[in-house]
Amino acid sequence: MSERTLFRGARVVDPASGRNGVADVLVQDGAIAAVGGEAPSKGATVFGCEGLILAPGLVDLHAHLREPGREDKETVETGSRAAAVGGYTALAAMANTDPVADNTAVIEEVRSLAARAGLCDVLPVGAITKDLAGEEMAELGEMAHAGVRVFSDDGRCVSTSWVLRNALRYAGAFDVVIAEHCEDASLAEGAQMHEGLHSHTLGLAGAPPEAEEIIVFRDLSLARETGGRLHLCHLSAAGSVELVRRAKAAGVGVTAEVTPHHLVFTDEDLVNYDTNYKVNPPLRTPEDRDALRAAVADGTIDAIATDHAPHAVEEKEAEFDQSPPGTIGLETALAAVLTHLVEPGILSLPRAIEAMSTAPARILGAPGQGGPIEPGRPANLAVFDPAVAWVVEPPFASKSRNSAFLGMTLRGKVIHTMYRGDLVVADGKAQR
Amino acid sequence: MRKHLLSINDVSAEDVVRILDTAESFREVGTRVIKKVPALRGRTVVNLFYENSTRTRISFELAAKRLSADVINFSTSGSSVVKGESLKDTALTLQAMGADAIVIRHSSSGSPYTLTKWVRGSVLNAGDGTHEHPTQALLDLYTIREKVGRFEGLRAAIVGDVLHSRVARSLSFGLVKMGADVTLVGPPTLIPPDAPAWGVQVSHDIDGVLPKLDVCYMLRVQRERQRQQYFPSVREYSRLFGLTRERVGMLPEGCLIMHPGPMNRGVEIESDVADLPQAVIEEQVTNGIAVRMSLLYLMLGGSGERWGDE
Amino acid sequence: MKSGRLLDAGEIHRAVTRIAHEILERNKGAGSLVLVGISARGDDLARRLADEIERIEGAKPSVGVLDITFYRDDIGMRAEAPEIHETRIDFDITGKSVVLVDDVLFTGRTIRAAMDALVDFGRPTSMLLAVLVDRGHRELPIRADFVGKNVPTRKDESVRVALEEVDGEDAVYVEEPGPAERRVGREKNE
Repeated sequence: MSERTLFRGARVVDPASGRNGVADVLVQDGAIAAVGGEAPSKGATVFGCEGLILAPGLVDLHAHLREPGREDKETVETGSRAAAVGGYTALAAMANTDPVADNTAVIEEVRSLAARAGLCDVLPVGAITKDLAGEEMAELGEMAHAGVRVFSDDGRCVSTSWVLRNALRYAGAFDVVIAEHCEDASLAEGAQMHEGLHSHTLGLAGAPPEAEEIIVFRDLSLARETGGRLHLCHLSAAGSVELVRRAKAAGVGVTAEVTPHHLVFTDEDLVNYDTNYKVNPPLRTPEDRDALRAAVADGTIDAIATDHAPHAVEEKEAEFDQSPPGTIGLETALAAVLTHLVEPGILSLPRAIEAMSTAPARILGAPGQGGPIEPGRPANLAVFDPAVAWVVEPPFASKSRNSAFLGMTLRGKVIHTMYRGDLVVADGKAQR
Repeated sequence: MRKHLLSINDVSAEDVVRILDTAESFREVGTRVIKKVPALRGRTVVNLFYENSTRTRISFELAAKRLSADVINFSTSGSSVVKGESLKDTALTLQAMGADAIVIRHSSSGSPYTLTKWVRGSVLNAGDGTHEHPTQALLDLYTIREKVGRFEGLRAAIVGDVLHSRVARSLSFGLVKMGADVTLVGPPTLIPPDAPAWGVQVSHDIDGVLPKLDVCYMLRVQRERQRQQYFPSVREYSRLFGLTRERVGMLPEGCLIMHPGPMNRGVEIESDVADLPQAVIEEQVTNGIAVRMSLLYLMLGGSGERWGDE
Repeated sequence: MKSGRLLDAGEIHRAVTRIAHEILERNKGAGSLVLVGISARGDDLARRLADEIERIEGAKPSVGVLDITFYRDDIGMRAEAPEIHETRIDFDITGKSVVLVDDVLFTGRTIRAAMDALVDFGRPTSMLLAVLVDRGHRELPIRADFVGKNVPTRKDESVRVALEEVDGEDAVYVEEPGPAERRVGREKNE
């Protein structure tokens, strides 16, 4: 007997097809069967979705699942569950695991762990250089043949310019993306936060925005020269945004992402030395934040990506300068964007969904993700209530608790997440 | 009075006056035969010193004992602080011992703030990384008030490595709070560019500043900063910014020369300058006990939250 | 808040004079005599007594000021730490006959604290207590040796002493309790 699910009466926001209005969505045998009007409900499980939004499942370009190596902080399974709870049906898992994902063995392991969990697509990212050391190229071709579409040394920056140039050129043979964490090592050395009045008042070493902008400029120049596909991770500075805008206007093949926390918080939030705000790149000034927001709105920044970075409780409870940087984000990303960007009118809802689903799916080359929600396409869907208010507090689906949004009230809650036809989250709860 | 003293910005100008006035009374106690009063009898004060500092720790220890409090010393120079034990675990142990106040000195900026999350007692910052050293600032304010008599319009210069100095931060904020005119002096690499937002002026020309001063406060400049390339050589630094005998001659009569100690004789201050009468460095130490007694009394003498009382 | 006057300026002056005579009589002269007034107002009274003793006897005893805040038994019970006033005792009290001087004697706790403070300064030969007003309601076994006036009061009333030096007039008032008044500074009447 075929499995049929009907989502009735939701407002379907699907940037890939341009649809933005109330429609019924019928799912059968893992694929979209019908969209629009009023679909027949015979034999189907019906979910009344009046007042809710139905969107293509969100796609995260940037998450750290910590497995293999630091399963105490997160595993592929718990990370996938956190993603599903947050409305994500696909994510890219960064390569800075232990051992590093610089070979097909680790890639395959992550893939099979994800398949076993069966909660979302996990697309493993391969390292650009062996062991993330920034010296020798990893076997990009071999990993590309194994299906890897994005390479990144994230966590680290490829500091030697000719290594990056080489990688961009070599990768041109495989239609893959080189994603860079832009950070000049000497300028950012020892930095705990953004360098400015607040870092000086708090007595913490800071990294100036130039630490990011210099590498952004370098990488854009190399991307232009080599014709390679470049993606810039978690931008934090207004200067970086400006450089990307100009490069895009000049036709350089670059895409960029920003995190929800960089769109919400600033360096002033660190006044009490709360390590949940210690992130890399650091939270910068209100001007930087406004420039990032405008860049998402006008498309200069293509996507919003979480940079979900779980850390153990005792690590985040240590002294500020001993604490590792990072915040979890899969479970709060949608609500944070809805509350702080869509509600105040900085982003339209379709643009927000595009930045969190359609565009990342395109950049990643993620099959069957990001919409369009059309008959025949795999049923990767997120249904959410944009008005429900909730307080960000444990327990989380993630193994870790280091959230920059801890204690905040956000509006927007995922009600159902459907992954390839399988309802992995129903009524706000993970089903397994 | 606030429950914790983590930054000089935790106290208002009125609070500062109250702290200094109360310190006067405690200075008087220091002149009695029995230099002890029972005011904080039954309270426990813990000195948690992750950084070596005999001078400051003894000052706090004496202050607490003269108030009849019980004192526990945890310091890394002894073996009490277990290497590798997290700050949180140490804090929970102190909590279990019934610490009413914890005086913490630590090399990580912000660690006193972190400590307040796990203890119920009052936390006093005795110096955290390059952030602040509020009790030092208060005792310096006490010395200044005693010698000069006022803060309003007082012309003070703080000279040296401001960037890495917690004393410079606390003292600048404190002096500005009390209405003084503060100028930070040093090479551009050692003064935060946004310092004017603190309400101070900045100068890289010490000779231009000296003739118009009431207080000349010299900061310690570590030779390590030369290795980190904040200035090319110790010789050049002392030539451009050191307080030499000659420069002392440029100071107005009655101008105070101060230094938080310990001094790097020959770097920021010439050896025989430190021994001049207008250098009040010794008295800064004596006043420290009275000011710390004042702080402990004001912070623990109120009902606040007392360990053991639920 | 109702108030009534217990003593006027004239009665206060006569009380001071009488106490001065009584002290001299008890001490058999002014030898080894020192006065320690409990601030605030006890010290002003002590100074007046010293002047009076000088007028009578021709010798003026040393006068010291004692703030007993550090010795209070209620530190940590109020929201803020109690405010501290001046202490100045420039002479040695060992071997001396000390007369403690205070304006109002009530529960006796202030005097208990004063005695504990004084023994930290030295070892007097004897200690006597002179007060302007004894209003009863002792909570400790303390009694005054010299009393200006015995005034029975209700426990919830308050007795306020005004002295020329501090308040611009000489008078003693008793006041009905008002709704939760906050008293700043040392609460002496306890």
